[in-house]
Amino acid sequence: MRFLPLTEPDRKAMLAKVGAPSVESLYADVPNGALLTAPITGLSNHMPEMEVERFIGAMAQKNIGTNAAPSFLGAGAYRHHIPAAVDHLIQRGEFLTSYTPYQPEVAQGTLQYLFEFQTQVALLTGMDVANASMYDGATATTEAVAMANRITRRKKAVISGGLHPHYREVVETHGRHTGFETVSAPLDAAGKEDLAKHLGPDVSCVVVQNPSFFGHIHDFTKLAEAVHAAGALLIVAVTEVVSLGLLTPPGEMGADIVVAEGQSIGNPLGFGGPYVGLFAVREKFVRQMPGRVTGQTTDVDGRRGWVLTLSTREQHIRREKATSNICTNSGLCALAFTIHMTLLGEAGLNQLAALNHATASNLADRLATVPGVKLLNESFFNEFTLELSKPAIGVVEALAKKRILGGVPVARLVPGKEAEKLLLIAATELTTEAEMAALVAGLKEVLA
Amino acid sequence: MSGIRFSKDHEWVKVDGDIATVGISPYAQDQLGDVVFVDLPAIGKKIEKGKELAVVESVKAASEVYAPVSGEVVEVNAALGDAPGTVNEDALGKGWFAKVKIANKAELDGLMDEAAYKTFCEGLH
Amino acid sequence: MTTSNPPINTSAGTISGNRGLQLEEPLIFEMDVPGRSGVDLPDVPKHKERLAGMKRKGAVGLPGLAESQVVRHYTKLSQKNYAIDMSVYPLGSCTMKHNPRINEKIARLPGIADLHPMQPVSTVQGALELIDTLAHWLKTLTGMPAVAMSPAAGAHGELCGMLTIRAAQLAKGDARKRILVPESAHGTNPATAASIGYEVDPVPADERGRVDLAAFKAKLGPDVAGTMITNPNTCGLFENDIIDIADAVHGAGGYFYCDGANFNAIVGRVRPGDLGVDAMHINLHKTFSTPHGGGGPGSGPVVLSEALAPYAPLPYVVHGANGFDLVEHDGGKSFGRLKGFHGQMGMFSRALSYILSHGADGLRQVSGDAVLNANYLQASLRSDLSVAFPGTCMHEALFNDDFLEGTGVTTLDFAKAMIDEGYHPMTMYFPLVVHGALLMEPTETESKDGLDRYIEVVQGLARRAKAGDAAYFHGAPYHTPRRRLDETLAARQPILRWKPEETKKAAE
Repeated sequence: MRFLPLTEPDRKAMLAKVGAPSVESLYADVPNGALLTAPITGLSNHMPEMEVERFIGAMAQKNIGTNAAPSFLGAGAYRHHIPAAVDHLIQRGEFLTSYTPYQPEVAQGTLQYLFEFQTQVALLTGMDVANASMYDGATATTEAVAMANRITRRKKAVISGGLHPHYREVVETHGRHTGFETVSAPLDAAGKEDLAKHLGPDVSCVVVQNPSFFGHIHDFTKLAEAVHAAGALLIVAVTEVVSLGLLTPPGEMGADIVVAEGQSIGNPLGFGGPYVGLFAVREKFVRQMPGRVTGQTTDVDGRRGWVLTLSTREQHIRREKATSNICTNSGLCALAFTIHMTLLGEAGLNQLAALNHATASNLADRLATVPGVKLLNESFFNEFTLELSKPAIGVVEALAKKRILGGVPVARLVPGKEAEKLLLIAATELTTEAEMAALVAGLKEVLA
Repeated sequence: MSGIRFSKDHEWVKVDGDIATVGISPYAQDQLGDVVFVDLPAIGKKIEKGKELAVVESVKAASEVYAPVSGEVVEVNAALGDAPGTVNEDALGKGWFAKVKIANKAELDGLMDEAAYKTFCEGLH
Repeated sequence: MTTSNPPINTSAGTISGNRGLQLEEPLIFEMDVPGRSGVDLPDVPKHKERLAGMKRKGAVGLPGLAESQVVRHYTKLSQKNYAIDMSVYPLGSCTMKHNPRINEKIARLPGIADLHPMQPVSTVQGALELIDTLAHWLKTLTGMPAVAMSPAAGAHGELCGMLTIRAAQLAKGDARKRILVPESAHGTNPATAASIGYEVDPVPADERGRVDLAAFKAKLGPDVAGTMITNPNTCGLFENDIIDIADAVHGAGGYFYCDGANFNAIVGRVRPGDLGVDAMHINLHKTFSTPHGGGGPGSGPVVLSEALAPYAPLPYVVHGANGFDLVEHDGGKSFGRLKGFHGQMGMFSRALSYILSHGADGLRQVSGDAVLNANYLQASLRSDLSVAFPGTCMHEALFNDDFLEGTGVTTLDFAKAMIDEGYHPMTMYFPLVVHGALLMEPTETESKDGLDRYIEVVQGLARRAKAGDAAYFHGAPYHTPRRRLDETLAARQPILRWKPEETKKAAE
């Protein structure tokens, strides 16, 4: 077997050193009857590399990838161009096959890129500091709510109807089982909700999204003032992080915690994961922040270096008193993010964001001319909501038959009549003229 | 140092009238190593003997500091915010944590004097 | 230029501060030239701006680097890391085994890497088949009837398993509040239980490094929701009373959550389902070799018993009338949603690639070789180090620091000296139940000759420590890009991001 270097003579010699008659004898502590004496039946035996490729390759071929058909899917996961250097660099074995940097002298590479990553996230969100990443945007949002509950010693979160439904559901799940209340505002397809009315002395935080799940761009400055006046924290989620290249960052609107899904930068769609959650806070809250964090220090020779720090917040030290049970970050995805962001730089990110907005804006204009299509947004970044004359799930199925991946029906995430005819459409720098024309033509036929 | 008393959890307390000044013992700071952060209670907080008063963190450990007496927090050592190392340098002096208005002076009776505490620490090795 | 490279300590004795292949590297922010970029993008077409007046007013502050500089930057950073691609990485409980590159190739296949999670299910039948195939392997290997695929990491899996248990008990109107957790448990166990409101009741270990069965039974009662036990445990030992423990907790109306972090020791040889386990997470990045990536991403599917399966999180894959389907809303007993979308697909494809490469026969060899390698290490080091518990071990060998007594050398010093010898240190000071613990896990992908060289080095260091050369150990490591770093300074005055003024000050 190609990954296992021991030979039979090796095993024999090693067993002799151990003083054991067989490998099986090393399992003597396993209770009687529970130790299997032969390979488990009903499973295949080992395969050569080429067979593995053939086997899983056949599964891959049954799918329609977004690179193989016009795609307008978004809803929290976006198809962007990833420069070739990103994937090359993250596959360097020293990054790919290293562990959490617990021994800083032999992990300065990981620690330095995490320090750079934390800085980039803080800059993008307009916040003071950021952690070394979380699982994804949805779990980061939940951790932000838990953090707000700790800081305010209150137990009620107000959730915007413009927050991604998965994010809302994850927060609600945690609330149900960890003992905090959630007040979820109705779906806000129009982008006009008033959340201040839910504020009260028991509210720990208000969770909003920008641009919202439906694409609307908000100014949360006034809301932040109201939230703070009520003694609560404002949490702003961003599901399309490219938007921060063009839009006023949440930190400038008064956000206390900013969470984001970082997938758009450096990470492929990959059917939903692994992604990378971004988490940024005000300086004064840093010791209440969950997750791993890298800090600058010096070595015994006085040279600048980096270590994991503030680790007394974490589970390996605090155990049941930790700020969170999370014991990992999304290291490799954070690396992909930071390399892509470094390649872009200020000029590249600005241009990328502008390109996304321009493409989406032009697509919206063209779709608005299709009979049976109504554009619900006055403002958006690279994704907007259409109200169709027919249920959106059926429309998307019909488009798929024409090999067009025509957006995300809101009802896929929020079942029921209310959102039945709403369709989210995203465009990015990868969206071509021909693809836009195909969608317009396809929708015309399907809605006719 | 005559008025100082110690708890089995290695807190010390010095009483002046009805105010108790509380900190951690030199033995405790030595066990913790370099103190990097002290999470102090809010002024006005009512605390109960034996319950958490503060949290003291070193690089690799975090420990609860338990109130040796019940009462109300009237002052905290804000200087520890910028200089947590004071706990290591002067545990019984400038490294104090909080001042508590004592609710029940009888609670002090269960605490050890300096000699008894010294014997207690020696027994821990 | 906004800033130049930071002043470099020239203790290396060179003008540059570099030492041959050890190259100094500034932060990206210190290489900034405004306007420079590592990408070329098309021109922005004419369009109607619809930004609600919320266009960014100031710059983000990102540095500008060309692609050539970016490639060098990250290449140089990578060279400051140790990796399993280099040599033995004996971090006990972390399972650093070889990462086959076929896994990476598979994860990047068109039709996998470029799938959007919200595509119509008719267009992702192959992806659902892949998840279902991996699920079938995980269920069969563990002897469990169901599996929740969405947890993003081991600790997330623990959360999933404990929420499932909680939901099942609540559904019976039997809310319970206490969870029994052995003192040797990984910190995530108590943290997970506490995060959902359980009171954590620690169970002591006996003198053999196993759960003290009598103490365990004494703690059981009608308020005990269940127990979280790692098996093989964090001391590298199989809990030989495991079936009695399971029976006892079931008898008290509780559930048995097994932390499957060490499943790699028994895969293909023992099915947790046969031991009375109700729920167990599997770290795909440990047992099934998806890359650790410098700290994630992980993936932690949770296998579940029949009784717990109805409470599993959303979403899940089912066999429908028209092929595979994805249940995203259930309205039934599911405890809810744990993360965005459907799980760590990129880890699923890698793990399935690893599993198919090995097959049922190979996975049996994997666990056998892992256990043999660990026992060989323990036997070879027995006379120079001090083994924590008698008898053979499973996949990792645990030593205490008795052998360093009186030398003035600590476990930490010993670890730092190993770095100079070209080895990543073993896990230190964990599990907490062993004084000055050194936990070594070689895994099955180390060769005998590779282990022999490692053993020689560890033996040599132990003898050096005993010979009274403490000062050498206190100064180690000497030959790394950075020597011992001041963690107290980092924690007392946290600098968590680059800022022009702070960086300069600290470097002066």
